[in-house]
Amino acid sequence: MTDKFISIEAIAKRYPGASGGEIAVFENLWLSMARGEFGCVIGHSGCGKTTVLNILAGLDEPSEGAVIVDGQAIEGTSLDRAVIFQSHALLPWRTVLGNVAYAVTSKWRDWDRAKVKAHAQTFIDLVGLTGSEHKRPSELSGGMKQRVGIARALSITPKIMLMDEPFSALDALTRGTLQDEVRRICLETGQTAFMITHDVDEAIYLADKIFLMTNGPGAVLAEIVENPLPKDRGRTDLHRHPYYYAVRNHIVDFLVSRSKTFATDFPGHDPRNVPVVKIGKPELVVASGPEELNQASWPGLSRPSTSS
Amino acid sequence: MNPSLRLRAAIVSIALFLAFIGIWHIATRGTGTVATMTPEYAKLMGLTATAGKSAMPGPLDVGAKLWEHVRRPFYDNGPNDKGLGIQLGYSIARVGLGYFLAVIVAIPLGFLIGMSPLINKALDPFIQILKPISPLAWMPLALYTIKDSGLSAIFVIFICSVWPMLLNTAFGVAAVRKEWINVARTLEVGTVRRAFTVILPAAAPTILTGMRISIGIAWLVIVAAEMLVGGTGIGYFVWNEWNNLSITNVIIAILLIGVVGMLLDQVLARFTRMVTFPE
Ligand SMILES: Nc1ncnc2c1ncn2[C@@H]1O[C@H](COP(=O)(O)OP(=O)(O)O)[C@@H](O)[C@H]1O
Ligand SMILES: [Mg+2]
Repeated sequence: MTDKFISIEAIAKRYPGASGGEIAVFENLWLSMARGEFGCVIGHSGCGKTTVLNILAGLDEPSEGAVIVDGQAIEGTSLDRAVIFQSHALLPWRTVLGNVAYAVTSKWRDWDRAKVKAHAQTFIDLVGLTGSEHKRPSELSGGMKQRVGIARALSITPKIMLMDEPFSALDALTRGTLQDEVRRICLETGQTAFMITHDVDEAIYLADKIFLMTNGPGAVLAEIVENPLPKDRGRTDLHRHPYYYAVRNHIVDFLVSRSKTFATDFPGHDPRNVPVVKIGKPELVVASGPEELNQASWPGLSRPSTSS
Repeated sequence: MNPSLRLRAAIVSIALFLAFIGIWHIATRGTGTVATMTPEYAKLMGLTATAGKSAMPGPLDVGAKLWEHVRRPFYDNGPNDKGLGIQLGYSIARVGLGYFLAVIVAIPLGFLIGMSPLINKALDPFIQILKPISPLAWMPLALYTIKDSGLSAIFVIFICSVWPMLLNTAFGVAAVRKEWINVARTLEVGTVRRAFTVILPAAAPTILTGMRISIGIAWLVIVAAEMLVGGTGIGYFVWNEWNNLSITNVIIAILLIGVVGMLLDQVLARFTRMVTFPE
C-alpha cells in the first residue's frame, strides 16, 4: 500500500447507549485504498458499513479520527465523492434528465442550459437510458432508477464513487447487468470505487480488494482479501476460475463463523496492520478444509497460523 | 372512476335534487282558501293567512328571486341595498387579502420551524396556545387596536388561515426524506438553493393541503366576521336580510356561500394536484 488515495485513519463512531453510557459501532478503524482501486466491504447487517461509507461521503462525522482523500482531510460532503444510494434517492418531481442535470448544474453553476443538457445526455446514454430522458422516476423500473442514480453520480466526474448496497433491491437479472455496467465504466474511467455489498459473488466480480468486517458493536476490519481473479474476468464464467471457490469459501467462512468470534480468537489484532489475504494455489482448496487454506494463503503473517 | 359509474352517480344526484325540490315545493305551497275575508283585509294579511301558504318561501319564489339577482348582480342603491355580486366581491376580497397575508407569513415561518428544531421547540408553546383560539375572539381586540372594521375582518381572516398553513408547512418541511436532503448535500448544494430545489418541491403537496384547509376555514369565518362588523359583504347581507325578514334572500345567500366555498376549494385542489408528484 504505497499510494494511499483514500486513507481512513483511526475513526470511531459512538452513539449514546441505553443506560447512559456510549456504544461504539467501531473504534480505531483504519482502511486505505489506492487510486483506481475498487474496494468492497462485506459484513453482517448492523456492523457499521453504512456508517463508514457515510463518514467517507461526509454525510456523517466520526466521533474520532479523520479521513484523508488525495492528501487532504475531508470536511463534509464534496462533489469529488459521489454517492449512489441504495434507495436510488431520485427526486421524483424531476425527470430522468432533470435529475442528472440537477447534479451537473450543482457542479458547474455557470454552464448554460444547452451545455448542461448535452453533458447530462452523455451520461444518460452511458448507462443505457437513451430515450427515457423525459420519464419521471415513477415510470421507471427499479433497475432503470438505479441506472439514473449511477448516471447522476458519474455525471459530476467524481474522484471517488461511493455505493451503499446499490443493487440489493434489484432482481438477480437486473443486478447482473448493472454490475456489468458499473464494472465496465469503472475500468474505462479508472474510477476509484468503494462499495458495500452483502453479495459475495458481487464482491468477487467487482472488487480488487474485499474488506471483511466483524459483527458489531465494536466491529473491526478483520481482513483484506485481495482478489486473485484476473482483471478481465467475466461475470458468467466467474465460477470457472480456479481460484474462485477458494476466495468464495474464504469469505463465506468468515461471514459464517469467524465474523462472530474474531475478537476472542485474535486478541492481538492490530487495526493499523490488517492482514492481507492472498489466496494461494487452488489445489489446496480441493484437498483440504478452510483452516489449511488460511494457513497456506497467509504467508508470513504475524498472527497465529491456526485460527481455531 | 369509469364513465358508467359517473353517469349513474349523476342520475342519482339529479333524482335526489328533484326529490328535494319537489318535497320543498309541496311543503311550502298554499293549501287553498283557509279564511274568507274582505279583499282589502286579505291583501293586508298576505297569502299566509288567506291561502294557507307557508311563511317559508318555496323553490319557485327562491328561483324567481335568484333570477332577479343574477340579472342585476352589481347594482348599488346605497348601504343597505347592494347587488349580490358586490357583496360577494367584498367578502372574496377580504378573504383574499387576509389569506394572502397569512401565506406570506406562514410559509416562510413554517420553513424556519420545519428546518430548525430549536425554533420549533421555542415557538411550540405559543402556537399550541394561539391555535385553538376562535378567530372571532380576536375581533374586539382587533377593532380596538386597528380601529377599522374592514381591516379587523381581514385580520380575523389572517389569524384563522395562518395556523393550518403554518403547521402543514412546518410538518412538510421537517418530513422531507433524508435521502433527498443527502443528495443535495453530496452535490454541495447551498442552503437557499436546497430550500427551493429540494425542500419546497418535496413539501409542496403538504403545504398546499394546509392552504386548502385554510381557505375553507377563511370562507367559514368571513360570514361570521361580516355579521359582526357589518357594512358590506355576504355575511352582512345574510344578517341584513334576516332583519328584513326576507328568508328568500337568506336562502339565496346560503346557496351562494356554498357555491363560492366550493369554487375556492376546487382552485386549491387543482393547485395541489399540480404540485403532487407520484413516487
Ligand atoms: N442514530 C443512531 N443512534 C444509535 N445507533 C445507531 C444510529 N445509527 C446507526 N446506529 C447503529 O450503528 C450500527 C451500524 O449501523 P450501520 O452502519 O447502518 O450498519 P450496516 O450498514 O453495516 O448494516 C447499527 O448497529 C445501528 O444500530
Ligand atoms: Mg447499511
